[in-house]
Amino acid sequence: MKERKIAVKIDDLTVAYNYKPVLWDIDLEIPEGVLMAIVGPNGAGKSTLIKSILGILKPIAGSVSIYGKPYKKQRSLVAYVPQKGSVDWDFPTTALDVVKMGTYGSLGWIKRPRQKEKKAALEALEKVGMLAFKNRQISQLSGGQQQRIFLARALVQNAAIYFMDEPFQGVDATTEIAIINILKELRKAGKTLIVVHHDLQTVPEYFDWVTFLNVKKIATGPVKTIFNNENLTKTYGINYKVSVQE
Amino acid sequence: MSNAQIEIQLIASLVAIACAIPGTFLVLRKMAMISDAISHSILPGIVVGFFITQDLNSPLLILLAAFTGIITVVLVEYIQKTGLVKEDTAIGLVFPVLFSIGVILIAKNANDVHLDIDAVLLGELAFAPFDRLLISKTDIGPKSLWVISSILLIIIILLIVFFKELKISTFDAGLAASLGFSPVVLHYGLMTVASVTTVGAFDAVGAILVVALMIAPAAAAYLLTNDLKKMLILAIIFGVFSAISGYWLAHWLDASIAGSITTILGLLFLLVYLFAPNKGVIAVMYREKQQRIEVSLLTFLLHIKNHTEEVERHINHLQEDINWQKIHSKKVLDLAQKNNMIHIQNDIVTLSKKGENFTTKAINYIITNEDSQIENMKKDFFLFRG
Repeated sequence: MKERKIAVKIDDLTVAYNYKPVLWDIDLEIPEGVLMAIVGPNGAGKSTLIKSILGILKPIAGSVSIYGKPYKKQRSLVAYVPQKGSVDWDFPTTALDVVKMGTYGSLGWIKRPRQKEKKAALEALEKVGMLAFKNRQISQLSGGQQQRIFLARALVQNAAIYFMDEPFQGVDATTEIAIINILKELRKAGKTLIVVHHDLQTVPEYFDWVTFLNVKKIATGPVKTIFNNENLTKTYGINYKVSVQE
Repeated sequence: MSNAQIEIQLIASLVAIACAIPGTFLVLRKMAMISDAISHSILPGIVVGFFITQDLNSPLLILLAAFTGIITVVLVEYIQKTGLVKEDTAIGLVFPVLFSIGVILIAKNANDVHLDIDAVLLGELAFAPFDRLLISKTDIGPKSLWVISSILLIIIILLIVFFKELKISTFDAGLAASLGFSPVVLHYGLMTVASVTTVGAFDAVGAILVVALMIAPAAAAYLLTNDLKKMLILAIIFGVFSAISGYWLAHWLDASIAGSITTILGLLFLLVYLFAPNKGVIAVMYREKQQRIEVSLLTFLLHIKNHTEEVERHINHLQEDINWQKIHSKKVLDLAQKNNMIHIQNDIVTLSKKGENFTTKAINYIITNEDSQIENMKKDFFLFRG
C-alpha cells in the first residue's frame, strides 16, 4: 500500500471535565481520504474527541494538527456537523439561512454573506435533496430533513476534512442512505471524513477505516483488518459479536 | 403635548429600542433571567459611581455599573461551573447579595446621596426632563435623552456589524467555535451590551421595568415570526408601542409611568400568547382539535377500506362497533364527505378513489415513516404537520 498523507494527527491528547478524564492520552493518525467511523460505548469520549480537535474544548494536555499545522491555522480545511440535538430547532430561521452559516467561516468576522454565498448554499441544498424546503422554518422539518440541512451546511464549507457527530441519529432509512451516498462521494473526491457512529452493524458496509475508542484509544486502522470481535470486546467490555459481511 | 411630555415619550421609546435588541438575543439564548440579575446587581456600581461622580448620567458611572453587571455574569458562571448548583440557583444567589450591598450603601449615605430605593426600582421617568444637559449654557435637552441615544447608537452599530456572529453563536455555539467565532467573546460582548443598556435605562425606568422591556417584547415577537430580523423589528415595535401607550395610560390614571408601561407589556404579551397565528394558545388548541378529528377520519377510512361486508360499512355501525358518539361520527362522516373521500348510498359507505388513495398513502407513511410521502398531505391536513 502506498504511503498516505496524514490528514489529522493527534498526540498525547488528554481531556477532562471537572478533572475527570474523558479522553486519556490519545495518539491517533488519520490518513487522508478515509471514511472513518469512531465507535465506542456511551461516554467513551467520541464527541469530546471531535470537539477537542476543533478547538471547541480545551484539552489539558496534548496537541492536534491538521495537515501538519495547528487547527487554528487550518480552519478553512475543516467542516463540522455537530449533533443534531445540540442546537435549538425552534430558532427563528430558515433552512437556507442555516446552510448559509457554513459560509461564515470563509467570510470571517464582520463581512456578510452575499449572492455568491447564497448560490453556494442553494447548491448544497440541492445536493442533499432539500432545495424545495429552502424557505421552510427549521422546526417544521423532520429529523431526517434537519440532519440533511446540517450536512448541506458542512458541504457548503467545501472543506478537505469533515467531522460529523452522529449524522445518522434519528433519521429515516431514506435519509440514512442519502447521507451515506454523499459521504462516499466525498471520499471519492479525496476528502477525509471522520464520523461518530453508533450502529456497529453498518460499520463494514459504510466505512473503510475505523477507530475504537473508550476513554483510551483501543485500535485504529482499516475496517477489513481491525473490525473484529476482539477489538469490539475490548472496547465495549462485553463479549461482542457482530457479523462482519465480506 | 408639552415639550416635557414629548421628551418623556422619546426617552421611553429609545430605552425600549435599546432594551429590545439585546433582549431578543437573551430570549433566544434562554438567558432571560440573567437580565433580571444584571438589573439588580448593578445597583452597588451605580451607588459607588454616584459617590465618585455625583452625576447619575456620567459615563464613568455607567461604565462602573455595567462592570458590576459583568461581575454578576462571571460569578453566576463560576458558581454554576462548580457543578454544585444549577444556573437558576446561581443567579438567585448572586444578584440579591450585590443588590443588598447597594441598598446598604444607599442607607448608610442617605444624607448626601440623592438616590432612593423607589427610584432605583421604578425609575423616575416623569422627572427625566428636569435634568438638562447644558453646553456653554445652551439647553440641548434632557441628559437621559442624550445618554440613552448614545447607548442606542452604539448598540445599533454593534448589531449591524456583528449580526452574523451573534446569530451563529446563538444558534450553534459549537459550529461558531469551530469556525473561529469565539462564543465566549460574543457571550461577554452581549452581556456587556445588556449591562450598559440596563444602566442607561435604569435611571429612566428602574430595575424592574428594564427586565420587562428586555424580555416581554422579544418573547411576544418570538411567538409571531420565524425570522430573526423580523423578530428584532417586531420586538422594537412592541417596545415602542408599550412605551408610548404606557405613558398615556399613566397620564390617564395619574399613576407611575414605569408601572403603566410594564402593565401594557404584560397585556401585549398576553394578547400575542393567546392569538398568535401559529404558536398562540388558541391556534394550538384549534390544531389539536383538528388533529383529533383527523385521526378519527383516518381510523374510519381504514375501517371502510378493510371491510367489504355491507354490515361493517353501514352508517349505524360506526356508532355501535367503533364506539363513537353520535356527534363525533357525524363530524367524521361530514369531513370525509367534504373531502370527497367517501360515497354514501343507502347508508352504506364506500371509499371514493380519492379516499382510497389517501388511506393507502397515509398507511404507507405511518408504516415507513418516510418523509417524502408526507409533503402533499401537510397541505390538507393538520395531522401531518407535526
